[in-house]
Amino acid sequence: MPKRVLLGLLLACGLAAPALAQEPKTGGVINAVIQPEPPGLMLAQVQNGPTQMVSGNIFEGLLRYSPKLEPQPELAESWSVSEDAKTYTFKLRKGVTWHDGKPFTAADVLFSIEMLKQTHARARTNLAQVDKVEAPDDHTVVFTLKQPFGPFLGIFEVGSMPMVPKHLYEGTDWKTNAYNNAPIGTGPFMFREWQKGSFIRLVKNPNYYEKGKPYLDEIYWQIIPDAAARSVAYETGKVDVLPGGSVENFDVPRLSKLKDTCVTGAGWEFFSPLAWLWLNNRQGPLADKRVRQAIMFAIDRDFAKDVIWNGLGKVATGPSASTIKYYTDDVKKYPYDPAKAKALLKEAGYKGEKIRLLPLAYGETWQRWGEAVKQNLQDVGMTIETIATDVAGGNQKIGDWDYDIAFTYLYQYGDPALGVGRNYISSNIAKGQVFNNVEGYSNPEIDKLFADGAVATPDSKRKEIYEKAQKILVEDVPVAWMLELQFPTITRCKVKNLITTGIGVNDGFKDAWLDK
Amino acid sequence: MLSFISQRVLKGVIVLLAIVVLNFFLIRLAPGDPAIVMAGEAGASDQVFVKQLREKFGLDKPLPEQLFIYVKGVVSLDLGFSFRQQAPVAKLIGERLPATLLLTLTAFAISLMLGIVFGTFAARFAGTFLDTAITVFALIFYAMPIFWVALMGILLFSVTMDWLPSFGYETVGANLTGFSHAVDVAKHLIMPAMTLGLFFMATYTRMTRASMLEVKRLDFVKTARAKGLGDAVIQRRHVLRNALLPVVTLAGVHSGTLIGGAVITETVFAWPGIGRLMYDALLQRDYNLLLGVFVICSAMVLIFNLITDLVYRLVDPRIEFAS
Repeated sequence: MPKRVLLGLLLACGLAAPALAQEPKTGGVINAVIQPEPPGLMLAQVQNGPTQMVSGNIFEGLLRYSPKLEPQPELAESWSVSEDAKTYTFKLRKGVTWHDGKPFTAADVLFSIEMLKQTHARARTNLAQVDKVEAPDDHTVVFTLKQPFGPFLGIFEVGSMPMVPKHLYEGTDWKTNAYNNAPIGTGPFMFREWQKGSFIRLVKNPNYYEKGKPYLDEIYWQIIPDAAARSVAYETGKVDVLPGGSVENFDVPRLSKLKDTCVTGAGWEFFSPLAWLWLNNRQGPLADKRVRQAIMFAIDRDFAKDVIWNGLGKVATGPSASTIKYYTDDVKKYPYDPAKAKALLKEAGYKGEKIRLLPLAYGETWQRWGEAVKQNLQDVGMTIETIATDVAGGNQKIGDWDYDIAFTYLYQYGDPALGVGRNYISSNIAKGQVFNNVEGYSNPEIDKLFADGAVATPDSKRKEIYEKAQKILVEDVPVAWMLELQFPTITRCKVKNLITTGIGVNDGFKDAWLDK
Repeated sequence: MLSFISQRVLKGVIVLLAIVVLNFFLIRLAPGDPAIVMAGEAGASDQVFVKQLREKFGLDKPLPEQLFIYVKGVVSLDLGFSFRQQAPVAKLIGERLPATLLLTLTAFAISLMLGIVFGTFAARFAGTFLDTAITVFALIFYAMPIFWVALMGILLFSVTMDWLPSFGYETVGANLTGFSHAVDVAKHLIMPAMTLGLFFMATYTRMTRASMLEVKRLDFVKTARAKGLGDAVIQRRHVLRNALLPVVTLAGVHSGTLIGGAVITETVFAWPGIGRLMYDALLQRDYNLLLGVFVICSAMVLIFNLITDLVYRLVDPRIEFAS
């Protein structure tokens, strides 16, 4: 059996599964890698990946999500939805305290929402449908929506809506508040120390509301900027956890074979990272749908999955990842077919005009992928010029629409209304910004479908709308979808229950324990 | 001598201000917008958010006004605020500077000391096997890129032999104090300092060798021999001392290059210094932080050069300070 298939099977089976049957043990310290070093830990103000990975232990949201993206209690112990799907009532847990001992109440929820609307771009968008938020008592919060909003129960995980202590932030300058650098949350671990450039230390919250949890005494997040050095740190036993994306993909098979090492691809269901090529629909040959379709046929995406990503991930079929709601694979198919690509290019009248390709400056794996795609496209007769740039330079070019083809990958946040539509609706065409509709695709039918899909009821209606949208988009190829990415988490096998939700290591280590 | 130093300091301040202005514009010439980088990291890029960030950074103001605000800050010893790191730039640099000074000064001392010793031996035994061996090794170290030496060092001394730690400044979580902490830091320091120092050691070896061979041929050495002085005394007092002048010059010039090398060394070995801080700030277009690091590095280079000038005088008393 090829090694990568074996690795894939191991990932699919989830090596951590047998641990579920064991009785958790208390105590111990985990050393995990964090990369890059987070700019800050105040999750309500800094929303990048590393910040959430560390602060997901300190702060909490009202809900968390299972691998199937079903809502689970966190700071809210229960919730109910009115018949007209416009009123959501959350009952908060009683007896929850902030790390400084003050009680957590509905007033904190109301304050957090007001703060997030100003500091958290995604939360602001997610809350756009909220008409008002009220707290009838200390442990009840009622959201009233302007109209039904299908994905509403999907916006409450810690990274999307972290709860902030009102008593420490109200009436202060939020951006310079001293607690930004020594954050106070309600989570299972408390911030203790941050030696910039070296490590971040979190310690167990002894007053955590879930009795017996967390099991670990401490977490050290080690900051190691070089990918090869991170692999060595694991090999030499200095760290126990390599969260997804910590090491280059070509190191994954080697590290997976080390003694007492477990690997899992679980924990990315909520984010569902999807990689694609932005195609500049505005100008040159790529303005022609047939050329864009030719690109889909020309690229060997199985090769990219099997060789560049070591068998990890899945070839994408369209704008939605297969892990999120309303996904369908009943769409036009684009198998690797260079002959068909050549025919389409000929039909479109492509005469070898130069196409600029912008790879993603995220390390060796992405560089190799850029080279492979360039070769694929050259094989069908396209003239490709690779533009070298760093991340900031690349983002500027993409935001200014100064590119032809550009690599990217984006999170989908579990629902097409939250993470898919933003890249295809024409109201999101805005020069100078990235991660919106930078390809310049404009289709009134798609605009309407995404607008309707967000507010439609019941669920079956949403399903129908999003399936139709997927079909249209896959036919039009506004961007070239590549892979549903999988970032394997590598751990010592003694680390149990590290990943228990669809948010994975970004959701905190409250269930994790060490089998010493 | 005092007037020489005060003049040099004054000139240094003017040079520093010129560097600040030049860097201010150079950084902004590079494509990339800090607000877009931060918006990208947040996974969202709506107009309100980007506008908010630009206002926070002060990037919405005209460029001359931004420059005026920055220079005014630097003159009053305020290096500004890093919005990405949410902390004053001076604080961020202050946290990292000791580690970089420890690394670069150790590397500098090792390279200078060993370079001069090996160079002296090579010159003393010129044309012998020892000379050839030293020259060949110096050439190899001179030619090897720092990152490669670093990775090979990790592979050999950390992975294979398990003698030295592969990353960091100290053993995290060990809570060592006093002498055992110093030993722990020293263990972590060996590989980065050697990696950074090897290139410079090779340079000083070659320079010392060449310079000593040249001085050896001069008349005053013959005179010393004619006086009946012993070989060791001639080599040490007459040849080496005169031969060191170009080495000292080179060492002064290298003070800036060492910081450049520290960027790579600190990245590979996860050494928490300003080299890495600068690298991260560059990638994130954290303008204030990047400019702050540049100011500190430039000041360090100016100080090193002043020290070099003073050392000249110690090495060769014939040199006088021009006022």
